Amino acid sequence: MRNSKATSDPVGDMQRSRTKKNWLLSAPALVVLAAASSGPLLIVLVYSFLSAGEYSGVVWKFSTDAWFNVVFFRDIFDGTTSFADAHITILWRSVRLSFITTIITLAVGFPTAYFIATRPRRNRSLWLFLITVPFWTNLLIRTFAILEVIRNEGLINIGLQMIGVIDKPIQMLYTDFAIMVGMTYVYLPLMVLPLYASMERLNFSLVEAAYDLYATRHKVLRRIIIPLVKPGVIAGSILVFIPSLGAFVTPRVLGGGKKMMLGNLIELQFGAGRNWPLGAALSVTLLTLVMAALLMYVRTTQGNNAGSVR
Amino acid sequence: MVEKQGTGQENAETPLPAAIYAERVTKVFGEGKNKVLALDDVSLTIKENEFFTLLGPSGCGKTTLLRLIAGFDHPTSGKILLRDQDISQLPPYQRSVNTVFQDYALFPHMTVSKNISFGLEMMGKPKDYIKKTVSDMLALVKMEELRDRRTDQLSGGQQQRVALARALAPRPQVLLLDEPLSALDYKLRKEMQIELKQLQHDTGITFIFVTHDQEEALTMSDRIAVMHLGRILQIGTPRQIYNQPAERFVADFIGRSNFLSAEVLSVDGRRARLKLSSGREVSTVLPDGREPHGIVTAVVRPEYAQIAEGADDVGELQGVLENIVYLGTDTHYHIRLPDETMFVTRSQNQCNVTEAFNAGQSVSVVFKPEAVQVLRS
Repeated sequence: MRNSKATSDPVGDMQRSRTKKNWLLSAPALVVLAAASSGPLLIVLVYSFLSAGEYSGVVWKFSTDAWFNVVFFRDIFDGTTSFADAHITILWRSVRLSFITTIITLAVGFPTAYFIATRPRRNRSLWLFLITVPFWTNLLIRTFAILEVIRNEGLINIGLQMIGVIDKPIQMLYTDFAIMVGMTYVYLPLMVLPLYASMERLNFSLVEAAYDLYATRHKVLRRIIIPLVKPGVIAGSILVFIPSLGAFVTPRVLGGGKKMMLGNLIELQFGAGRNWPLGAALSVTLLTLVMAALLMYVRTTQGNNAGSVR
Repeated sequence: MVEKQGTGQENAETPLPAAIYAERVTKVFGEGKNKVLALDDVSLTIKENEFFTLLGPSGCGKTTLLRLIAGFDHPTSGKILLRDQDISQLPPYQRSVNTVFQDYALFPHMTVSKNISFGLEMMGKPKDYIKKTVSDMLALVKMEELRDRRTDQLSGGQQQRVALARALAPRPQVLLLDEPLSALDYKLRKEMQIELKQLQHDTGITFIFVTHDQEEALTMSDRIAVMHLGRILQIGTPRQIYNQPAERFVADFIGRSNFLSAEVLSVDGRRARLKLSSGREVSTVLPDGREPHGIVTAVVRPEYAQIAEGADDVGELQGVLENIVYLGTDTHYHIRLPDETMFVTRSQNQCNVTEAFNAGQSVSVVFKPEAVQVLRS
């Protein structure tokens, strides 16, 4: 009678010990996460509330100056306060360019993914493989390749001059346009892959059923395909928008020193600007923007994620 | 009633235009080495308000023909008329034909009533009309209570009803059904067969039903087209198809058959005199379009033949009883004929009757002369 209690729920016991074991399996990942992600993040957060050291680093003295300086600018001569136009411009440029990049990759990626998803099954892996080929090359090299194409003596300008469309080269390099082109090129696969994943699961007899029920091509796209691949659209948009916000190499190479984005501004504060707390505060700002984007993702996908799952 | 035997092409004498008229339709998929001839010079007429079935094994071209009528594919050559209008090259959304898909293809992001109203919305019908029609359709398929359910919360049978209601709501001139019952279990399938037939009768819409299930085809159809390798072998009522199969494939695919080779002695109008392998002569009725001569293949259905005790000259054929297969409702006797072919007879079982035959004994086979059907050679 005594040991009946111990063995009364063998399945539950087994499950419990299995859960324990599984938890142990995730321990290395948790340790790495704590050491390499949460820890540094905490340091950055703490730094943003400290004072800047004279040459670099931080002085351990509480200060909200860094946070103040993210948005405001205090004149060192007359002490008046105004908005930090440069920061706001850069912030706005980051958000705007990331948004436009997301829209363009979506516009280009959607038909691409649809094309691949509608190929015969045995040809699809070849197309997917081709999509991933650019990943073989280093990001920096790919960005310089774009530079070669769009600079004043680059492929496009020389080509257009040769056929006599323009007399003088069009200034494309070191503009917002250049950054956008670069980011679109670099992040396009991140849009295509999740879109493809959700389109591949799409039951194409639904498309036929809609055609059969008098829906034109346009209506089929709007009423059937887009609602059903929405999770893919959102996932792709998030995957493009977030790294675009923090992009560093692309605006540095294609935007020159003038057209900065948030990533470049942060780098500047930790480097030449020698204002670590401001850099830390800007980092936290970027992180908050990313979190907001992710939160939006979670909220929009909740409740209608049954869309493409059959 | 004498039924006209159809042998591929039929000219309906009704004044109404045919619901569907297909003229020499050929469909080729792929190119070069991978070329597949899915439909080979198919012609047929489907009458208004008819329950018409395309029957055949998988790969026979029945689904291809259905998809050509629906507009998902277009014929390589030939044309298809819908009430005298050439629809061969029209997209699916410009023809008054709706489809019930094999996997139902219900829109998973819409409720039951949204699924049903989809076609009407796309046609631009007024809101009141849509509302009323959806209610009517829900009532027709007895799904009123589930109108706001998502379609993935429905059972197979319920999904089937929604798919039907969705396809019927726009009141198409022709409804296409692509093996819609194949995913249902046996009992539900039997119920739906009756219900579909009733629905066709009530709505007065022409149904074109695709199936590989011969029993389903015989139960539901006004007429059946038997297809094989992209061709239509025979068109006729279930009775014609069963009792007067035109070709060996038809006789073999639908029901069980005994094939006999026979010599044609004489043909006199619709009657032919045959000499069977046993030497026995029978005189049988010929359906239209068959003018046999020389050695022909004839078919006898197992249930139209009876086993008889022993000796010579009793029945049409003689042989040795090899197997007795008891099947509850009836018993099959496998009889080895002198030319080594097997002949099966079927007898319905009576209560309290013990088996009168023993394996190994010599027996005769008895059948009426009309039971012998000469196949088209």
